[in-house]
Amino acid sequence: MYRTAKGEEIFVIDGHTHFWDGSPANQKNIHGKQFIECFYAYHSNLSPPSEKWEKDKFEKYDAKTMFDDLFVTGYDDMAILQPTYLTDFYKNGFNTTERNSALKKSHPDRFILNGAFDPRDGEKGIEDLHALSEKYKLKGVKLYTAEWRGESKGYKLTDKASYKYLEAAQKLGIKNVHVHKGPTILPLNRDAFDVADIDDVATSFQDLNFIVEHCGLPRLDDFCWIATQETNVYAGLAVALPFIHTRPQYFAHIISELLFWVGPDKILYGSDYGIWTPKWLIDKFMAFEIPADVTKETGSVLSMETKTKILGLNAARIYGIDVEAQKKKIRVGGGYAHLPEAVHAPR
Amino acid sequence: MKGHAGQNGQTHNRQAEDRQAEVWACLQGVTDPELDESVTELNFVTRADVDPDNRVHIEFRLPTYWCAANFSFLMADDMRRAVSALDWVEGVSVVLGEHMYADKINAGLATGLSFQETFGTEADGSLDDLRQTFLVKAFQRRQVALLNHLIAASHSPETIVSLTLTELDCLAVDGEGGKLLRRYLERRAVVGPLRSDALAFVDAKGARLKADGLAGYVSGLRRVGINAEFNSALCRGLLSVRFDLETPVTPRSKASSKSPDSQHVP
Repeated sequence: MYRTAKGEEIFVIDGHTHFWDGSPANQKNIHGKQFIECFYAYHSNLSPPSEKWEKDKFEKYDAKTMFDDLFVTGYDDMAILQPTYLTDFYKNGFNTTERNSALKKSHPDRFILNGAFDPRDGEKGIEDLHALSEKYKLKGVKLYTAEWRGESKGYKLTDKASYKYLEAAQKLGIKNVHVHKGPTILPLNRDAFDVADIDDVATSFQDLNFIVEHCGLPRLDDFCWIATQETNVYAGLAVALPFIHTRPQYFAHIISELLFWVGPDKILYGSDYGIWTPKWLIDKFMAFEIPADVTKETGSVLSMETKTKILGLNAARIYGIDVEAQKKKIRVGGGYAHLPEAVHAPR
Repeated sequence: MKGHAGQNGQTHNRQAEDRQAEVWACLQGVTDPELDESVTELNFVTRADVDPDNRVHIEFRLPTYWCAANFSFLMADDMRRAVSALDWVEGVSVVLGEHMYADKINAGLATGLSFQETFGTEADGSLDDLRQTFLVKAFQRRQVALLNHLIAASHSPETIVSLTLTELDCLAVDGEGGKLLRRYLERRAVVGPLRSDALAFVDAKGARLKADGLAGYVSGLRRVGINAEFNSALCRGLLSVRFDLETPVTPRSKASSKSPDSQHVP
């Protein structure tokens, strides 16, 4: 919960969090080592110095640390756990639905647990998705279309197999499909500059929402064009948001373009925890205004109403969260007991 | 005799140094296709040596272990092509370091295989389409930068859209404008032949721009520039963390004023 100086309460849903184990003990090979090192470079490069973690904390943090960073020190009210399996790199996987489910189990009102699938897994994968969905009552999945696997150098959502999986997901009541279309964290080529498949499936699956994580960066230009034509395509801000500290001017341009093309109702905040932490991201975001010279180009303004939508209301809508009821649940559970108003006002 | 030998040695050294400088100058013209910036200014190239047999050995690295294999291959290929064009060069080796597919890419490069041959059928065709796509983006980015500059300098839309290439070349511009103009002209051929009477400004399909639609056209292209600058900031930052470079973000002007040699001392 973020409370403004005037006392307005902003309900925050973090659209993108992970509970990973990238520690050397879990690394299967050099790729596992390089993967977490790459994440750490993102963290080190874009975090304010005071928010930088030691490498070993970054490699593996415990559930309590994560809870505190998100909900006690940070302003998140709820967080969506997005899995990243990477079973080829990590013995027990990097950040699987199973691993994430421990957090969901101990804090059911705080977490939304998402699953994953890969259309290259064939019939077996569809069965697994059924089982996963039944076990965890999934409302969302995270997909990595660019992931290399053996001879396959990624897949497209328009592939026949993808359609079968999306049809299955829809039948299972999964509403939200988060697709990683962002900076390269896995080698890719076929998909390297392509967000076009989103355009196609968004039209074919009108009842599903497609959240383009990292708002298509490094293909923001192509993404904006697609998103503007589809009513069910959203932009996830993870990775774009931390630029608010290192490169505020770029962030201004990005958010201004997104507001212009995608609109205030279809942008979702995400910290990408543990790469970055909600406290500083939201402090900066709440204090941020799009400079006049950028507003002149697009007419975009980051009003309080828009901030409220981006930080929580948009995600609440697509995940069917009743904000007032949820706040009550959290309050009754003692979740806001740590909130002295003065401390909570923006700096 | 000694003195004589020394002089020969010096001449030889000077030639070697000149040739190395030529190689660096060549590499400076090779860009990261996504960022449209020189691979040397981005600090990707760590070594470019000429051996006594006039063979050139280039080594480079990228901001992450995971950088796209096709782009990595493309840059290596472009470096090889650029340096091979020097008439004294007897051979070029290009080696990518610390990358998930370094072994595969290096083996492909060493035996002169194409990207497709190196990575098999899933590599989805040659790199020519990819190269073209990003050349067009580079053209657009450079064009919008120059157009913004000209509009800010009070050239009317009517004047701008009717300029020929010769007229653009003769246009009085300030230092910054001159730089933008040169960069634009370097990529103008991507969308159509460079005849002197050809229009200076055309769109990505080679069609002429309309004066009354210029503002809308420029704002449509804006995203291409924002996108590339964002990528560039991210890549420079990641490279600097990964290899512990001193300055996380090098201002462009400062980077280009350094001599190629001093810039690449690891």
